Amino acid sequence: MTAAIHVEDLVKEFGSTRAVDGVTMQVPAGSVLGLLGPNGAGKTTIVRMLATLARPDGGRARVAGFDIVTEAHQVRGRIGLTGQYASVDETIPGWDNLYLIGRLYRLPPRRAKALADELLERFRLSKAAKKLPRDYSGGMRRRLDLAASLVGDPEVLYLDEPTTGLDPRSRLELWDMVRSLVARGTTVLLTTQYMEEAEALAENIVVIDHGRVIAEGTPAELRGRTGGQVLRIRPDRGADLAEIARQLSGTGGRSAVTDPDEGLITLPVSGQEELTAALHALTACGVPVDGIDTHTPSLDEVFLSLTSGDPADDTRRTA
Amino acid sequence: MTAALLAPSDPEAPPRRPSRSRVGVRDAVGQSLAIARRNLTQFKSDPSQLLDATVMPMVFTLVFVYVFGGAIGKGQADYRQYLIPGIMVQTVSFAAQVTGIALNLDFSKGVMDRFRSMPIARSAVLSGRIMADVCRLTLGQGVILAFAFLIGFRVRTDVPSVFAAVGLLVLYGVALSTIAAYVGLAIRSPQAVQSVGFLWMIPLQFGSSMFAPPSTMPGWLQAFVEVNPTTLVVDACRGLLDGGPVAGNVSGSLFWIGGLLLVFVPLAVRQYGRRTL
Ligand SMILES: Nc1ncnc2c1ncn2[C@@H]1O[C@H](COP(=O)(O)OP(=O)(O)OP(=O)(O)O)[C@@H](O)[C@H]1O
Ligand SMILES: [Mg+2]
Repeated sequence: MTAAIHVEDLVKEFGSTRAVDGVTMQVPAGSVLGLLGPNGAGKTTIVRMLATLARPDGGRARVAGFDIVTEAHQVRGRIGLTGQYASVDETIPGWDNLYLIGRLYRLPPRRAKALADELLERFRLSKAAKKLPRDYSGGMRRRLDLAASLVGDPEVLYLDEPTTGLDPRSRLELWDMVRSLVARGTTVLLTTQYMEEAEALAENIVVIDHGRVIAEGTPAELRGRTGGQVLRIRPDRGADLAEIARQLSGTGGRSAVTDPDEGLITLPVSGQEELTAALHALTACGVPVDGIDTHTPSLDEVFLSLTSGDPADDTRRTA
Repeated sequence: MTAALLAPSDPEAPPRRPSRSRVGVRDAVGQSLAIARRNLTQFKSDPSQLLDATVMPMVFTLVFVYVFGGAIGKGQADYRQYLIPGIMVQTVSFAAQVTGIALNLDFSKGVMDRFRSMPIARSAVLSGRIMADVCRLTLGQGVILAFAFLIGFRVRTDVPSVFAAVGLLVLYGVALSTIAAYVGLAIRSPQAVQSVGFLWMIPLQFGSSMFAPPSTMPGWLQAFVEVNPTTLVVDACRGLLDGGPVAGNVSGSLFWIGGLLLVFVPLAVRQYGRRTL
């Protein structure tokens, strides 16, 4: 089966800033792609273009086999969108929101009614069915928005930071919902700030920063990209953090990340040579050290090491 | 419930998967009706929108009949009979303002993103709005007529004439609504939409025969009052409700309404396209 989402060299400019700067990626049908990136990386802009809400300034994309610009209408018939900022209709009750959307999809009235009831039940909103969404809590509004994006039974579902603002229970429920949708063949593009979430749901992860793809692969592959190990150093005095980081960066490997709150320095090291060089550099500093160890990095650390550092430093980019 | 949602799509109503770029006429009409229903549901949840458009004219009526009426209506048998048709026109012009504000709010809230990411006819949001407006304008006229009867206004013609008057008023209201829609779409901030709305509405209302006979006004103002479509609609309604000449004013009104629609419908549609690009 071909890719359900096929993005080629996509570009979006706002004035002089390139919010999306030549992104290429594929999402196989029936899979989940986790789109990760720090604030302002361009995630929402990509999703809005793929949802036909913004016009690309360059490149191409096909969703469910249709071009997002020239066949936007066909694309719209096959997608569901839960945007980062809830797009529920605040002026009519929750139930009416879902019924309206069902009718706009041209479901027969009976079917639209049943579906509205069903979805409210599924998202634990039955009690709030007759209330206006402006009287909902943030999480309830979010859930209504999600329900709304499922009315059209989408082939491709975009979830832009869907669990932001959800309590742990709702978050787990959402994860279950995504899994069951995928089990019946829905393709999901999920943006998130949480590695944990991407790892829990996504077969593939694309990390973007400054509008460009800086890494992609399965969660396991991404871990491997840092060389498999992270060196952690805890100096005796927090004040020494910067000095150690400076020395370590001189060893020619990747740049060290300091965490002043934890009083920790982490440095990804690939292989014996880098590790030895780092230890030499550390000894050369001559600062007292409280603890030192190496460990296999979590994805969060991978994410931080990928997205921190000088944005102009192109050597860190793979795309 | 979960099972129902996650089961393969209902065979009875398979999801629409458009294969062409255009929405069929039947679907477009259905979608417009769905939007119209939504706009009317808004009034049910927030009746103040309708109140705004009818309370003001009622206040005007009371003030003009009981405070200024003696002075303005000097020489007239009953100022109420003169004023009420004017107030009915004022009601539609207030109600028209709501169109612009509501459209503007739709765009400033996220709901427009939802609509735009769905396979619906481009025209549905605008035409649904107009359909709901027709209901709202008609309802507003009902309220004002009932109020007028309460304070002693009497129809001196016949029932078909009343219907003709309401029909003309609703048509004029739709024409004014398209101006308001254009303003609401062209301007970003809801507050600015409101101010600009009053800016064009006030001269249209007060520079007319709505409250006082033009013959009492200075010459330069009379010139404006005579070409003001509000004057034509007000005078047509006077004829239809209180008796007197009708034909000239009605055809003049229809001419104006047609002209306004011809100019502002394309403008509003174009502005809508720009906002939704
Ligand atoms: N409508 C707009 N006008 C101007 N600049 C914009 C607009 N939308 C986005 N941007 C800019 O484009 C860049 C990418 O924004 P985007 O919202 O796509 O980031 P994001 O990855 O979704 O971030 P976040 O995690 O904070 O949601 C940012 O620099 C942002 O300021
Ligand atoms: Mg975002």
